[in-house]
Amino acid sequence: MSAIAIGFRLPPYARFLARRIGQSLALVFCTVLITFTVINLAPGDMVDVMAGEAGAADAGYIALLRQRYGLDQPVPVRLLHYVEQLGHFDFGYSFRHNKPVLQLIGERLGATALLMGSSTILAITGAVLLGIMAARRLNTATDGIISVLALLAYATPVFWVGLMLILVFSVKLRWLPSGGMETLFSGLTGPARFGDLAAHLVLPAITLALFHLALYTRLLRASMLEVLRQDFIRTARAKGLPERIVVGRHALGNALLPLVTMVGMQLGAALGGSVVVESVFAWPGLGRLAFDAVGERDLNLLVGIVLFSGLLVITVNLLVDLLYSWLDPRIETQ
Amino acid sequence: MSALWRQFRRNRPALAGLTILALVVALGVGAPLIRPGDPWAEIAQPDLWPGEDWRFPFGSDVLGRDLLSGLLHGARVSLVIGFSAALVAGSLGTLTGSLAGFYGGWLDDALMRLAESFQTIPAFLMAIVIVALFSPSPLTIVLSIVAVSWPGVARLVRAETLRLRAADFVLACRSFGMGDARIILTQILPNCLAPVIVTISVMVASGILIEAGLSFLGLGDPSQLSWGTMIAIGRGSLRSAWYMSAIPGLAILLTVMAINLIGDGLNDALNPYLRDRSK
Repeated sequence: MSAIAIGFRLPPYARFLARRIGQSLALVFCTVLITFTVINLAPGDMVDVMAGEAGAADAGYIALLRQRYGLDQPVPVRLLHYVEQLGHFDFGYSFRHNKPVLQLIGERLGATALLMGSSTILAITGAVLLGIMAARRLNTATDGIISVLALLAYATPVFWVGLMLILVFSVKLRWLPSGGMETLFSGLTGPARFGDLAAHLVLPAITLALFHLALYTRLLRASMLEVLRQDFIRTARAKGLPERIVVGRHALGNALLPLVTMVGMQLGAALGGSVVVESVFAWPGLGRLAFDAVGERDLNLLVGIVLFSGLLVITVNLLVDLLYSWLDPRIETQ
Repeated sequence: MSALWRQFRRNRPALAGLTILALVVALGVGAPLIRPGDPWAEIAQPDLWPGEDWRFPFGSDVLGRDLLSGLLHGARVSLVIGFSAALVAGSLGTLTGSLAGFYGGWLDDALMRLAESFQTIPAFLMAIVIVALFSPSPLTIVLSIVAVSWPGVARLVRAETLRLRAADFVLACRSFGMGDARIILTQILPNCLAPVIVTISVMVASGILIEAGLSFLGLGDPSQLSWGTMIAIGRGSLRSAWYMSAIPGLAILLTVMAINLIGDGLNDALNPYLRDRSK
């Protein structure tokens, strides 16, 4: 509250920062509200699951358990309790795995980060190349082919891309492994192990990247066209800079700005996509964990992952906005 | 309407999309006539390749289920789920978006933060959670798609309403005492129909993709054979009989692409600023 109260005395950038952080906190609260609602709407609560796990339990014991976990309290009290729990970074407990949810998430986060990081890099690099090519050769065959490929990538189910890549590159050509993150019991170390990991990473990363590659290519093509029309590009050309520098430095630098925002916004979509990709390729990440939680009816774990992903998306988008305002100081004043 | 059609007709990819979609709809509607009976029925010799036995032109799966029958009935599932989810999400989004935009203030803040937080949670993960919690059925699948799609429409309609709210013709209506509900329904909504229609058409496509993903993961309606389910079944035989997962995947690809092409065509036809961009 104090940030808002002194807001009018802060310099513009700090005011922007305070407003943006305030918005993010409101979003965090709404997200928590959604997951809380989901937990409470679900048929059966934690105690039912525990009783089910134990095999059988009498009514008195169940009532005692409900009391102990505060499930007999009215909804607002339970919400407060839930928020307080989260404040202590307690995301609940998975009775199926006998571990705290946050610990389970931590164990799997690395694999998902690796997958999503490499697929994002792949998508951005590909989009920069294809987007520039399409914008430079506007309305030619190259532009047309790129548009058609983007159209196809938009319409293809992610899991099916994965299966078809496995079919071609693992089953038929035998170039790459079809699943997992490492060759089990290989005893590989150092560079050999790294190579093994990279080989396992190629197909899932491409699968996850394809949709975003199409999206970013379309975006970059459009923003390149926009930028290439502007006066400073004409100036750059007029002063005799080689086309490579004009396009690669002057135009691309500016055309990349909308892409930064889009990549941040697409993090959620990529996380959702990783559920499918990880289950196709048996990649031991968060998505796979979420999918297994569905099969095992591990509600605490599932909701914990949902909440964690939501918070991750909010944080990353906040960081992207700050990065953006640093790259393009004009937006602060808006 | 006829002017719209004239614009749309000039767009060849969009017309191709419309043709493909019409074909898929016809096949889906005609499924019980073309392939009567249960698509789950094990009526053919198992593992028939396409063309091996012309009574089953697309072959059969590991248990001898006719792939053609699955494709036709799967078209019904995809279209019904995709269109009903888009309609419900479109209506919900239009309602919340127009209320938020028209009244502003705390209502706007509350609805928009809610919409944003729905967009914050990864869409597919949210869909999985909803279907898994309330057990898979056509209703829960549609609801899960609605839950992830409505914020987009809501934010779009809100932006349009904000723009129109201050327009001269709306002020004129106010000045002679037209009620809020009537202004929203007869003045504002008809004027933001164009982008809403385009968004809804794209939502049909994304709804079909979400349904396919859910049923691929085993979260589809257990009583219906959908394209995603067929791919999941075929996945087990990927090494020996890739056609089992390839064919239904192509069906999804074709249908979704057709709808996206129609959406692009509608966008061009409805948006007067883009109308002449081909020149």
